Amino acid sequence: MSIQLSNITKQFGAFKALDNIHLDIPEGELVALLGPSGCGKTTLLRIIAGLEQADQGQVFLKGDNVTEQPVKNRQIGFVFQHYALFRHMTVFDNIAFGLRVKPRKQRPAETVIKQKVHDLLQLVQLDWLHDRFPDQLSGGQRQRIALARALAVEPSVLLLDEPFGALDASVRKDLRLWLRHLHHELNVTSIFVTHDQEEAMEVASQIVVLNHGKIEQKGTPSEIYDQPHSDFVSRFIGQTNVFKIEDHAHEWLKHTGIIIDEPQGIVAHVRPHNISVEKPSDPAKAPVTLRDWQHLGSLIRLELQRDDQTASPTTIYAEMPNEQFKALALNKGDRVAMRIKHAHWFN
Amino acid sequence: MHVTSSKPLSGNPGVALTDPAWVRWSLVGVSIAVISLFLILPLATVLIEALSKGWQAYASSLTLPDTLAAMRLTLLTAAITVPLTTVFGVSAAWAIARFDFRGKSLLTTLIDLPFSVSPVIAGLIYVLIFGAKGWFGPWLSEHDIKVIFAVPGIVLATLFVTFPFVARELIPLMQEIGHEEEEAALSLGASGWQTFFKVTLPNIKWGLLYGVLLCNARAMGEFGAVSVVSGHIRGLTNTLPLHVEVSYNEYDFVGAFASASVLASLAVLTLIFKTLLEWKQSQDRKA
Repeated sequence: MSIQLSNITKQFGAFKALDNIHLDIPEGELVALLGPSGCGKTTLLRIIAGLEQADQGQVFLKGDNVTEQPVKNRQIGFVFQHYALFRHMTVFDNIAFGLRVKPRKQRPAETVIKQKVHDLLQLVQLDWLHDRFPDQLSGGQRQRIALARALAVEPSVLLLDEPFGALDASVRKDLRLWLRHLHHELNVTSIFVTHDQEEAMEVASQIVVLNHGKIEQKGTPSEIYDQPHSDFVSRFIGQTNVFKIEDHAHEWLKHTGIIIDEPQGIVAHVRPHNISVEKPSDPAKAPVTLRDWQHLGSLIRLELQRDDQTASPTTIYAEMPNEQFKALALNKGDRVAMRIKHAHWFN
Repeated sequence: MHVTSSKPLSGNPGVALTDPAWVRWSLVGVSIAVISLFLILPLATVLIEALSKGWQAYASSLTLPDTLAAMRLTLLTAAITVPLTTVFGVSAAWAIARFDFRGKSLLTTLIDLPFSVSPVIAGLIYVLIFGAKGWFGPWLSEHDIKVIFAVPGIVLATLFVTFPFVARELIPLMQEIGHEEEEAALSLGASGWQTFFKVTLPNIKWGLLYGVLLCNARAMGEFGAVSVVSGHIRGLTNTLPLHVEVSYNEYDFVGAFASASVLASLAVLTLIFKTLLEWKQSQDRKA
């Protein structure tokens, strides 16, 4: 285990930010701490780093109990949300900082430092910026310099706080993939905090979903997406239609051929791609109206309207590939048949 | 782009957005007149009066032993108070900008106290505490320590008056800069001192220098508080501002204005440094 948290609790006044967190993160993983704002994810990251003290519990890094260790002794690399580059230093001096503040006996010679900084700048593909100051760089460049600076001290753990939060959409996409590739190359155990489920799915090898200071679920992206353990995880990860199954609703669903199985709970969560839409064979089995649709690149999202305006939900979203939608040749206002291929049941 | 929509309705933005010429010129004129009448004229008078009996008299009144002693005492007072105020200012600003604690807003208010209390009262407080009939008076005279009517009293009174200058300058600056760069330095293995000298200090240096400069100007120019505790002993407890008053009251106009011209040139120097610092700061921001 590279990082072990046991029984971490943190309170801010009356607000319980973290409630009895247990977490084991094996060597070499790239983990996303995912959750809505205020769920405690950044606090947890800062406790691992030593920038914040937990009220209770222990932090182990590579098997050593570092709970009482100050941040400077923990050998971590921390990348801040707003980069926190030293504004009065050049890019080169920023990256060299961690090496130059080492005690005299451990400090490498200036030629070694120079070589190392240039290697890191090449790794982040920004060698040509070495003599610039932080405010002369773009957001994406600053982010990569901040990462190079954190890597310079060869941390055993890399911690990133909302690493893509302050970047615009296109830069964010590029940097996500780049971070994933960089992680493959370096294999440093890394944790990043995000509130963006898409980002977590795309970048991480493991996702930890947090809510109200507790871990809701931990697993690979596909486990989290395909087998959500709770109502919260299912709603938070990806789009979902929430059907509340009361008695008559169940009759309606069964009668119109929407579900075939017996219900296994009172709430059914259905992903849009698990709803198939067809032309009705029989008018009685055409329970919904196609109100509108949107193009999502290769997919089409259909907005289906139920007649019963008191039912929940009244609008159902379904998704299907572009070609399939064209083949159906539907118009706005058409009555269509629908079927739920797969649902997650909760009580 | 809907550029047209942002134009004023009159169609001529240059005229519509500024006041008429006569308003502009009369405002500028009034400001210049007031500044000339109340600031430049008195300064010029100081120089004219100081030199009214020629350079010889000016120079000889400045080299009188009492005048030289007053200058030395003023420099000594500044040399003691400015470093103390600087250390206090940095620590107070650090505490207020970086930590959350009970009574933080009270502390922030208390730092401003010397600004709102009349300097004369500040002086009186020290007389009441350390004077012959004050709280510690008997104990002090038993041990033969002189505070009031001596240099320690002058230093204490000056400290009281000047101690908000550096802190006031640094608190908003440090709050604006934030804590992240320091946390980054710590996470990279820097010690507390390394973080302070390599990260915090470079970020606050212009604000700090500015505060020190203002503090220095006040320390050298303070009259009220020092006047109460000094006792006006010529050649011993007269600072330069007190010396100006004493000389004037004794009808030594050349001497009074000569000393005043030294203080005035100090003020002008301070202004030049201040302008330089502000210019340097704005250059730094642009870079």
